[in-house]
Amino acid sequence: MFENLSDKFQEVFRKLRGQTTISESNIAESMQDVRDALIDADVNIEIADEFVSEVRQACLGEAVVKSVTPGQQAVKIVHDKLVELMGSAEAELNTGAHPNIILMVGLHGSGKTTTSAKLALHLKNKGKKVLLAACDVYRPAAIDQLKVLGGEIGVPVYAEEGVGDVPGIALRALEQARSENADFLIIDTAGRLQIDTAMVQELVMVSSVTQAGEILLVADAALGQQAVSVARHFNDALHITGIVLTKLDGDARGGAALSIRKVTGCPVKFTGSGEKLEDLDVFHPDRMASRILGMGDVVSLVERAVEKIDQEEAAKFEEKIRKNSFDFDDFLGQLRQMTRLGGLEAILKFLPGGDKLSGIAELAPSKFAGMEAIILSMTKYERANAEQIDMSRRRRIAKGSGRPVEEVSQLIKQFLLMKKVMKNNSLLDRMAGGMRGGFGGGMGGMGGFGGMSGMGGMGGFGGMGGFRMRGSNYTPPKKKRRKK
Amino acid sequence: MFSIFSKFKNGLQKTAVAVNRKIAGLFTGNKEWTEEDFAELEKTLIGTDLGMSASRTIVQNIRERYKLGELKSSDDISRVAAAELKKILSEGARPMRKNPDGVTVLLFVGVNGSGKTTTIGKLAAALTQDGSRVMLGACDTFRAAAVEQLTLWAERTGSQIVAAKQGADPASVAFDAVKSAVAKGVDYLLIDTAGRQQNRKNLMDELAKVTRIINKVLPGAPHETILTIDASHGSNSITQAREFASISGASAMVLTKMDGTGKGGAACAAQREFGLPILFVGLGEQPDDLQVFDPETYANAIFPPDAGAAAESEP
Repeated sequence: MFENLSDKFQEVFRKLRGQTTISESNIAESMQDVRDALIDADVNIEIADEFVSEVRQACLGEAVVKSVTPGQQAVKIVHDKLVELMGSAEAELNTGAHPNIILMVGLHGSGKTTTSAKLALHLKNKGKKVLLAACDVYRPAAIDQLKVLGGEIGVPVYAEEGVGDVPGIALRALEQARSENADFLIIDTAGRLQIDTAMVQELVMVSSVTQAGEILLVADAALGQQAVSVARHFNDALHITGIVLTKLDGDARGGAALSIRKVTGCPVKFTGSGEKLEDLDVFHPDRMASRILGMGDVVSLVERAVEKIDQEEAAKFEEKIRKNSFDFDDFLGQLRQMTRLGGLEAILKFLPGGDKLSGIAELAPSKFAGMEAIILSMTKYERANAEQIDMSRRRRIAKGSGRPVEEVSQLIKQFLLMKKVMKNNSLLDRMAGGMRGGFGGGMGGMGGFGGMSGMGGMGGFGGMGGFRMRGSNYTPPKKKRRKK
Repeated sequence: MFSIFSKFKNGLQKTAVAVNRKIAGLFTGNKEWTEEDFAELEKTLIGTDLGMSASRTIVQNIRERYKLGELKSSDDISRVAAAELKKILSEGARPMRKNPDGVTVLLFVGVNGSGKTTTIGKLAAALTQDGSRVMLGACDTFRAAAVEQLTLWAERTGSQIVAAKQGADPASVAFDAVKSAVAKGVDYLLIDTAGRQQNRKNLMDELAKVTRIINKVLPGAPHETILTIDASHGSNSITQAREFASISGASAMVLTKMDGTGKGGAACAAQREFGLPILFVGLGEQPDDLQVFDPETYANAIFPPDAGAAAESEP
């Protein structure tokens, strides 16, 4: 998301950077562009106007006008104001109660049930004891949905069949949470319109009987101008404490996030970004601002890699590269790690300009599946001795994997090429330096695959296609640097 | 079927009042309309998610007529705006297609949480009430309990259902559903699919496959691929319409959750841009909360002729 917004901003910035002087008139023009960009990105019109007027005033301040590079200064002001608008620091969940009660509220279809499960998994992975409460008694099968999700992640679900008294269910769920000594109780509720007074009142009741310390408004990133009305009504009735922005994996321009944030003054605490239950992220306003401004979000990518990638395996792999003894089995391990990270496409999204590469066929998960099938159809001997795979073996592998012979040959050829490149032993340096644009390997080429080697390798993608990295102070993890 | 329009108007009342209170406040009693007044009108229109360009077009039209002396009171503004909107929405408007000889297959697609399953339930209710025999195909094999949700709707509406367990290949369920619908000679087959973001290439390809399979079993089907659009969504509705039309062959839209404050202005823009007619609007969760979309009713509900009175009656 935010791609369109970031394109527009880049255009405005290009113009601004070139300005040697800043005046009322050239700022006014740029600010009109910024305003249009914000509105086109679904930022509420009132909020866009307010934002633009603040930026304009700051830009015309003495420090900017008299600075040597006024254009640059103006860009910085837009960036800073955007970060400010989104909230300057990460916000944690409110804790301190026992159990901590989290009430999930929002419109229909905003993603409350899925987010409840994602949040439960997030807390469980932190070693917390969690209980889910199914309080959506209206939508058919909503209770079943939460039960199934709870089963998938191994978190118990409190539910009552055929009961309509929502505050009562919540209260009994709380009793159970207390008796089980749970750390968190997450209450899923039915979607409702912010203007449906009776239904909103039900939430007020739930909130007051349970004394929920955290009321999260779950909002779809694709919300339009009405985001302000939604946020205002829910906040007025319930005093929400945080926002979860869902479906960020879509291409919504996400202006609603800014509107909701501004209206409620509440921080965005989490974002949902995918179909898998692991796809819940803590929201980092500064990183999101960088993403909006087209500067990529490398820090989040590295963090994600740290979480998902088996460090031991990565270290082993590095050792093998050094000795040039890695084989198809190791390669397969790398492929699977990539898949765990959400595939190449998910990774590219974090990189500056990476969004422009997504969707190309080379990155399709089906390609990974094909490669995996081919490698799995090889014998142990073949996996260890790629250079020994002759034509007759290739035909057998092709039959076994259901892939064309050409594809088998292609994979072997690329694999051998990769080994050759690695033999030069400069690859690790390149990986480490990748973020600074050193790794020039083509996307589909084997050079690209070399970059798949876990943590350090992630750096490799940064250089692909020669993307410039702006505004990042990323340093590759120390332990991945080659020891001399 | 679908003859009651009062509900439609009630659902839209909120926006109508909000818009027209502003318009009435703006343009009644003013001696002369200034550029600021027009800017305010544009702002109000943008607030309905109509988008920058459509809003500007309407304002421009009103501005020109005003300069020509055609417009004088707030009622005139409502009339012009309504006529403008109706004109936009009437282009390419048409009723739902029906298979003249055999089962009509309707495939429902859309982003997560846009209201596919609920819309299917409501449409099934309307069709069965009308005396048609309806079958539901539960091809959302991804979301937990989606099959159960559709099964409950089947029970509620007296429709038949073809379902498989969670995780099954949606295309194979579609295959079974079409086969069964043809064999049993039902009038309508309504196929539910999992919600997906339109930029997820592999998920969109999966949808294209479902369509291919349906067409293989029954040439000419699906007779409509209906995209559900959440009326509270903003500009992304346009991208949704474009991608679902080009990849999964969406042929029409349903505007859901119109009982809220979101008015789906972006979907109206999408109808104009991609020629996807809006067939129905969803106005709630009850079986009878689905109405045929009528451009005139929609336009008049947003810009009622008695705007001034509506604005005053609201406290």
